[in-house]
Amino acid sequence: MDLQTLTYVVVGASFALYIGIAIWTKASTTREFYVAGTHVHPIANGMATAADWMSAASFISMAGLIAFLGYDASVYLMGWTGGYVLLALLLAPYLRKFGKFTVPEFIGERFYSRTARLVAVFCLIVASITYVIGQMKGVGVAFGRFLEVDFEVGVAVGMAVVFIYAVFGGMKGITYTQIAQYCVLIFAYTVPAIFIALNLTGHAIPQIGLGGNMSDGSGVALLDKLDEVVTGLGFAAYTEQKGSSLNIFLLTASLMIGTAGLPHVIVRFFTVPKVSDARISAGWALVFIAILYTTAPAVGAMARLNLMNTIQTGEVGAEDGNLAYAQRPEWFKNWEATGLLKFEDKNDDGRIQYYDDTNAEFSASAKAYGWNGNEMVKVDRDIMVLANPEIANLPNWVIALVAAGGLAAALSTAAGLLLAISSAISHDLLKGMITPNISEKKELLASRIAMAGSILVAGYLGMNPPGFAAQVVALAFGFAASSLFPALMMGIFNKNMNRTGAVAGMLTGLTSTIMYIVWFKGWFFIPGTAMAANTPENWFMGISPESFGAVGALLNFVVATVVARFTAAPPEHIRRLVDDIRIPRSASAS
Amino acid sequence: MNEQQRRSAYWKANLRLVAWCLGIWFVVSYLFGIILVEQLNVFSLGGYKLGFWFAQQGSIFVFVVLIFFYAYRMNKLDRQFEVNED
Repeated sequence: MDLQTLTYVVVGASFALYIGIAIWTKASTTREFYVAGTHVHPIANGMATAADWMSAASFISMAGLIAFLGYDASVYLMGWTGGYVLLALLLAPYLRKFGKFTVPEFIGERFYSRTARLVAVFCLIVASITYVIGQMKGVGVAFGRFLEVDFEVGVAVGMAVVFIYAVFGGMKGITYTQIAQYCVLIFAYTVPAIFIALNLTGHAIPQIGLGGNMSDGSGVALLDKLDEVVTGLGFAAYTEQKGSSLNIFLLTASLMIGTAGLPHVIVRFFTVPKVSDARISAGWALVFIAILYTTAPAVGAMARLNLMNTIQTGEVGAEDGNLAYAQRPEWFKNWEATGLLKFEDKNDDGRIQYYDDTNAEFSASAKAYGWNGNEMVKVDRDIMVLANPEIANLPNWVIALVAAGGLAAALSTAAGLLLAISSAISHDLLKGMITPNISEKKELLASRIAMAGSILVAGYLGMNPPGFAAQVVALAFGFAASSLFPALMMGIFNKNMNRTGAVAGMLTGLTSTIMYIVWFKGWFFIPGTAMAANTPENWFMGISPESFGAVGALLNFVVATVVARFTAAPPEHIRRLVDDIRIPRSASAS
Repeated sequence: MNEQQRRSAYWKANLRLVAWCLGIWFVVSYLFGIILVEQLNVFSLGGYKLGFWFAQQGSIFVFVVLIFFYAYRMNKLDRQFEVNED
C-alpha cells in the first residue's frame, strides 16, 4: 500500500473510532453535558486532561522549538508541566468540592458579584478563542501535509468530526474521545522517538538516550557531541543559557500560573466523583503529559544532530565536507516541496552550507572557506517532528501514525476549548444572567446550539485567521495568569477577600497585561501601531510581553488585598461557603 | 477538640503541607533549573549536565512525584481530622 492510501486508512480508522464513541456517549442532562455527570474515573480523567492540554503545538512544534533553542526551551517544558502542581495543590480539589459546572460560576458565587462573573466570562472567551484558532489551523495543516487536501477542506472535516461528538455528547462525549485521542497521539509520538534514540545511542528509552553516549563507538555523550557540532558551525551551544535569567524566570512563572488558570483544563477536574479524586487525577494527568514532555527534549536534540550531520558530512571547511545538493536524501526533497525546507546556493558550489551567519567571528572563517552565507534559508521547526520518521527511515505506517497523532492532538484540545466556551455562553450568560428560570431541557438545547455556534466561529477563524493569531497565544496565558488564577486562589485561600477587591484585582491584572502586550505588539495587533519596537532593549527590565502574565498576577494580588482591606468584608454566608469548600466531607454527611 | 477547632487544625496542616510541596516545586525548577543552572552544570548525570537535566527532565519527574505525595498525605489528613468523604 502506498503512503497516501495508508495515511487515509489510519486517519480514517481513528475518526471512525471517535464517531463510534460519540454514538455511545450521548449526553441527556446538563450535568452530563457540562461535567460528564461527575462519573469519570481519576485515571481516565488524567488521560483525557493530557489530551485536552496537549495541543497541536505541543505535538508538532515543541520538539522543533527545543531543537533550535536548546536549553532556553526549558521554559516551555517546566512552565507547561509545573502548572499542574499549582492546579493540584491550590485549585482542583476545592473547585471540585464547590461542585458546580463552570469557572466563572465559582467566581460569581464566591464574590457574590455578577460583574466578577462577567469579567471571568470575558477572560475565558478571549483566552479560549485565541487558543482554538491555533488548533483549527493545526488540523488544516496536518490534513494538507499528509493527505494533500486543501487547507479549508481539512478544517471543515475536523469541524464535522468535533461537531458529531461535542454537540451530542458534550463533556461526556469529549471525555471518552479524548482518552482515545491520547492513546493515538502518545503512540504516534513515542514510536519514532524510540527508533531515533536506538539509532543514535543504542538506548530504547529516549529519556535515557538523551543522557547516553553516541553509539558510533566514540564514547562521547550525545549532548556533548551536539554542543561540539553546533558551536563548530557558529551556533550557540545547545545546553547553554542564552536569554536573560529574569525573563526566563518570569516566562516560566507566567506559563505555570497561566496553565493552572486556563478554564478548559480546570473544568476537567469537575468531572471526577470526589475531592480526593481531583487531587490524584491531577497527578495522573501530569504522568500522561510527562511521557510526551520528557520525550520531546530527546526528539529535539536528536533531530537537530541528525539534521546537522546530514548536511555537514565531513570536516568544517574541508572542500568535500558539505553535502552535495544533488545527493540530498529523499526526505529533503519531500519537505522542500512543502516549502518547510529551503535551499539557496549562495556560493554556487553545488554543496549545502548550514551555519550561523549572524555570528561575526564564525562568518569571518566561513568567508575563508569560500562560504557565502547560510544556504539553508528556511528550516521550519515543525519539520523536527513531521519529518522525523522519514529521516530515521521508519516504515510508512509510522508516518501515517504521526498524521493521525497530530490530528488527535489538535482535535482533543479544540473540543475541550469549545466546551469551555459554550458552557460559558449557555450556563453563565444565559442561565446565570439573562433567563435564570430556564428549564433544564431548554438549557441543554441552548448548550448544544452554543456548541454548534462555537464550532462554526472557530472553524471560520481557523480558515481566515486574523493576522495576529500567531501572536495572541501570549494573550491566552496572560489572561489566565493575571486574572483568573489569582481570583480563584484568593477565593479559596483568603476568606476576607470581598467582591470589590476581587473585581479590582482582576481588572488590574487584565488591563496591565493587555497594555504591556499591546504596547509592543500594536493596538489590536495592527502592525505599525505598537508604541515601541518589540525588542529586548525596549522591554521594561528586559521582560518580554509573553512573560508579563506573572507580573500581572502579582499586581492582581496586591491591588485585591489592599482594596479588600478598605471595603466591606464579605457576608457571613460567603465565609461559610469558603469553610465548606475547604473540607472534603459534604455538610450533609458530617 | 470541637468541630470548629478540628476544621481549623486541618486547614493549618494542609497549608503547611502545601508550603513544603511548593518549596520543593520552586527549588527543582526555578532554583536548580534556572538560577543555579550554570553552577550545577559543572556536575554531570550520565551524559547530562546536571542543571540542564533538571531544566528539561528532572523538574518534571519531581512535579509528578510531588502531586502523588500531596494526594497521599492529604488522604491521611482527611481521615485523621475526620473530614474525609466516605
